[in-house]
Amino acid sequence: MKEVWVFIEQEDGRIHPVSFELLGVGKRLADDLSGICVGILLGHQVSSLVDEVFSFGADKVYLIEHEVLSYYRHIPYAKALSFLAKKYGPEILLLGATPLGRDLAGGVATLLETGLTADVTELEIDKETGNLLMTRPAYGGNIMATIICPNHRPQMATVRPRIFPMPERKPGRRGELIVERVDLYEEEAGVRRIGFLPKEKTVNLEYAEVIVAGGKGLGGKEGFEKLRELARLLGGEIGASRLAVEAGWISYDHQVGQTGKTVRPKVYLAFGISGAIQHRAGMQNSDLIIAINSDPKAPIFNIADLGIIGDWKILCDALIEAIKRHKGN
Amino acid sequence: MLRILVSIKQVPDTTNIRINPETGTLIREGIPSITNPYDIIALSFACYLKNNYGGKITVITMGPPQAKSSLREAVEFGADRIILLTDRKFAGADTLATSYTLAEAIKYLQAEEGPFDLYLFGKQAIDGDTAQVGPGVAVRLQVPVITQTVKFETLDLEKRIIRVHRKSENGIEILEAKLPVLLTCDKGLAEPPFSPFPLILKAVKAEPEIFTADGPVNYQREKLGLRGSPTQVKKVYTPEVKKKGKIVDLSTTPLKKVVDEVIELLKSKGIL
Ligand SMILES: Cc1cc2nc3c(=O)[nH]c(=O)nc-3n(C[C@H](O)[C@H](O)[C@H](O)COP(=O)(O)OP(=O)(O)OC[C@H]3O[C@@H](n4cnc5c(N)ncnc54)[C@H](O)[C@@H]3O)c2cc1C
Repeated sequence: MKEVWVFIEQEDGRIHPVSFELLGVGKRLADDLSGICVGILLGHQVSSLVDEVFSFGADKVYLIEHEVLSYYRHIPYAKALSFLAKKYGPEILLLGATPLGRDLAGGVATLLETGLTADVTELEIDKETGNLLMTRPAYGGNIMATIICPNHRPQMATVRPRIFPMPERKPGRRGELIVERVDLYEEEAGVRRIGFLPKEKTVNLEYAEVIVAGGKGLGGKEGFEKLRELARLLGGEIGASRLAVEAGWISYDHQVGQTGKTVRPKVYLAFGISGAIQHRAGMQNSDLIIAINSDPKAPIFNIADLGIIGDWKILCDALIEAIKRHKGN
Repeated sequence: MLRILVSIKQVPDTTNIRINPETGTLIREGIPSITNPYDIIALSFACYLKNNYGGKITVITMGPPQAKSSLREAVEFGADRIILLTDRKFAGADTLATSYTLAEAIKYLQAEEGPFDLYLFGKQAIDGDTAQVGPGVAVRLQVPVITQTVKFETLDLEKRIIRVHRKSENGIEILEAKLPVLLTCDKGLAEPPFSPFPLILKAVKAEPEIFTADGPVNYQREKLGLRGSPTQVKKVYTPEVKKKGKIVDLSTTPLKKVVDEVIELLKSKGIL
């Protein structure tokens, strides 16, 4: 039976949501291959997470628990994951394109001497050959390239958070648990964590339900103050184009797009954003896109569900008033 | 004395890339080549370490003959030895073949002049953005790797321990590693130094040593370039645009009507 593997990224006992998104994709690919979707869980005292992995679609879980895996380090994690892959020979191995997933994937692909495709945005099985078709943006996002890895297994890919939708969680769903052992030693880890500085205020852009985003068309820092007010009324977060970030109007944490965050909120409101391809790459999967731009030819209108030609400020002010009135009722 | 190896790449300046809209291919004419900006950080960090702890910097790159200019730039950062890996047989390499080609060259250099203490790579190259080559080389050299290094704290040459900061998902990890270690360098780690005039002069005249598939490194041919690359490009295409939605113009439609429509949409999504 062919196995589609998803590396379950966990830190301090919390699973990164991208792993669930990948279980959703993994399940679809496994169905197309008449195979099964498998979660790979590595860590120290993490067995309590197994049920969660099943509930998001894994048919099977391989679990390795070891003290040396208590926090992420490249060498022991790469050793454990490649040990499992060599033993069970998966067809496909997917990881989140997070700082941890990227760090791990490059090493594991080398240990397994196989191909790895980064930042994939589409995954399909080729009906004729059964190979995985991995599509990713190339040349600064101007074109898409479909990559295959026909003669090596596993076919490996990393995928950024929010590229794929969150699958439905089915509590009580069960699967097969396989507990494995591997010899790991503290000395071979090579790196030791001696401190940690948590992020101060995290902008939860990737998982926001509403994003109010601004671009160069806002004309200045003050523009974002207005957008903040609207975002607060809607319970949303602030997004931005790269030009707005580069202008110093807002911090990089807010950047949406190919070199920023990928988002898929229920509603994305774009104010004074032209809609360059690199920006669209990060937000085109939003459920509903409302855009306002003074230029009728702005490419953002090609993907907007509602495109409004006009001055962003007039609309923003009117919306703030209307929502306040609405909430007052 | 520190022995530092820096691996760099020359890339097309992706901010200027243009695509032929009919064929979907890259228009190569007039696209300037630059040294990958993250590699500049690696070079800057190497320079900082050399100035403060003493040492020798060896810089390698794999690429076409024109990549020489990036190696000359490296000399301005204090590179003592520069090496260009260039051969048609290296071309078309994916990250697995690239890490093989680089790692074998590094092993050759180590056999020749002794082991390196630090291997510095850029966080990623801006043309491919994969961030895979650094960890791949670390695995091949069997040294630990720290990716996304954003800050240097201390280096204890006696105990041979380096302390740096690494950017992770939820914050900054403070890490200690025993040398040798491979670091991939991210924004914030180091600033380009002010190059003294004699170095700039030296850079102009610098000629890199050339390594090819035939020597001096003893390569397994089947692991190089396109042949040694498990991944293949099946097709390229220009992305489709989603179908158009509704367009309204504020100069012809009353503001109130548009606002009401937006409010209705927000309600339909359960936001209001
Ligand atoms: C390799 C690479 C990666 C990139 N990554 C990203 C990325 O991650 N994210 C990203 O956003 N960009 C990215 N870019 C940049 C991208 O190509 C665009 O330059 C950028 O998105 C444009 O930002 P903008 O829409 O704010 O500015 P502009 O393109 O200048 O658009 C401003 C818009 O505001 C409109 N406007 C002006 N005044 C008003 C007004 N009063 N009311 C309403 N509308 C008004 C104008 O009509 C115009 O359409 C990348 C580029 C490259 C080459």
